[in-house]
Amino acid sequence: MNFLRFAVRRLAEMAATLLGASFVIFGAMYLAPGNPASFLLAGRSASPEALRAINAQYHLDEPFAVQYVRWLGQVLQGDFGRSITYRTDVSRLLADRLPSTLLLISMALALVLALGLLLGWIGAVRGGAADSTILVTTTFAIGTPSFVAAVLLQGLFAVNLHWFPTGGTGEGPAQMLWHLTLPAVALALYLIGMLARVTRAAMLDVLGQEHVTVARSRGVSDHRVIRRHVFRNALGTVLTTSGLIVSTLLVTTVLVESAFSVGGIGQLLELSTTTKDFPTVQAISLIMVALFMTVNLLVDLLHPLVDPRVALGPRRSAA
Amino acid sequence: MTAATLLRRPGLARIRTSRAPLSLLCLGFVALVVALAVLAPWIAPYDANTVDLGNALAGPSAEHLLGVDASGRDTLSRLVLGARTSLLGPLGVVVFSTLAGVAIGTAAAWRGGWLDSVLSRGAELVFAFPGMLLAILIVSVHGEGLLAPVIALAIAYLPYVSRLTRSLVLAERERPYVEAYRVQGHSGLQICLRHVVPGVAPVVLAQSTINFGYALIDLAGLSFLGLGVPALTPDWGRMVFDGKTAVQYGYPLSAIVPCAAIVLTVVAFNVVGERWADKVSRRDG
Repeated sequence: MNFLRFAVRRLAEMAATLLGASFVIFGAMYLAPGNPASFLLAGRSASPEALRAINAQYHLDEPFAVQYVRWLGQVLQGDFGRSITYRTDVSRLLADRLPSTLLLISMALALVLALGLLLGWIGAVRGGAADSTILVTTTFAIGTPSFVAAVLLQGLFAVNLHWFPTGGTGEGPAQMLWHLTLPAVALALYLIGMLARVTRAAMLDVLGQEHVTVARSRGVSDHRVIRRHVFRNALGTVLTTSGLIVSTLLVTTVLVESAFSVGGIGQLLELSTTTKDFPTVQAISLIMVALFMTVNLLVDLLHPLVDPRVALGPRRSAA
Repeated sequence: MTAATLLRRPGLARIRTSRAPLSLLCLGFVALVVALAVLAPWIAPYDANTVDLGNALAGPSAEHLLGVDASGRDTLSRLVLGARTSLLGPLGVVVFSTLAGVAIGTAAAWRGGWLDSVLSRGAELVFAFPGMLLAILIVSVHGEGLLAPVIALAIAYLPYVSRLTRSLVLAERERPYVEAYRVQGHSGLQICLRHVVPGVAPVVLAQSTINFGYALIDLAGLSFLGLGVPALTPDWGRMVFDGKTAVQYGYPLSAIVPCAAIVLTVVAFNVVGERWADKVSRRDG
């Protein structure tokens, strides 16, 4: 019952924030100095009748509140309007491009979780030279922007060594995996370093606590202590970085997709930003914010299961 | 095995102190980059926008120490002059987000009540947008240029500073000296400005130094998308953008040079900032 109330409360909070975000996104576009109608006409002069027809088709002649409510109602039904550049439904565009972005993000996430946790574990448990190496490597991983990693990986593994294609998305699952490997590595690099750092610090913190000494003195095997009593406890702290991981993946994919010409929603966001295709920009921004908040909600709900010490309550702002 | 593991905590301290040369090195690098940016027009050997198509993509030579890019522009000159925009942008982000963040965080913590909850809600809303996304949104509305992305990122970074300040000020206002000043008749504003804010400043500034590195990455990323600085402005992110086609044709140098500059600068600022944060927290603890 307590859990249910907590879940409902968080869900309501999320809905409120999402509503605020949708208002910001729509409002920002409404305030734009360029008139969408002039982009539709692409510099051609149009008769007043044609202009009026365009204004009516895209509902540009209505007051702000009416436009906003209409847009919100349509969005709730999955209708994001028509793209100004592509002249098709934005939802169609998104449906075509979302799979490659989701695959790319999933591949990067798998890399981040596997390598980040592993390196953090090794750094905390082994210490010494291994730890120093991991510290220096992760320092550089954190300092390397994804687009720098993308350009360097492309130059080395695609252009010089020909191991991977220089760009594109590929057809079919096997081709897609092959095409998206380098982008996934570029996307994951920063987060691997970040997660390794957080895992290492959290595990070192737990290693110094009394219950670890007690477990050891009672003859519990070293591996078991690390796995059951150190890593498990540290996982709660690690989980608090999940929001950062997801938001970084979502927004960084724009840069990586652009560098590797991956036909995902990130590249679409970049293209539609340069062409002022407002309906598409609005839709992608809203989807990114919604995805980000959904993951945050899930993590908040899962956190007590991973770490039973966490009390259910209003979200505490992490330090 | 057990004993060895238990001895590791002091061992860690040894690693920390032995990393001092690294952080000194980074501090030196930060000073070098800043000096380059300030003295850029006198150091750069050529004009950053002199095009020499006949010489395009030439490798390093005595005339062009770091080679030239696809338009035949001298890479070294663009690198040195690009240090200005590449550092000035993040500086703007950090200065604005720090000033506004400290003001908002202090007000929220000091006043509490409705002001605190309004400001916290606002922060939640900004947190819902990943920083770069907010910047892309604002650029899509206002067009490219340096100012719009800087303001957008400053807004995106603001809640991080204000939340940190809020928690620090909440702890600080419980300390006896604040009550002592209050009893002596100092106004709340006076206590905040003269005593509380200077008290929490070191921690906030350490955080801002680390933010500088992230702002540099984000702004360079926007330039890489072609959404940041205008086309001809020398800027490291823009140089990577201009050089990425050449990379695909097997001439990576004009892109690698700015890449290295970005990575080294960000690492240097991060190490210096974290070292500072370590020192500050140890003094408090």
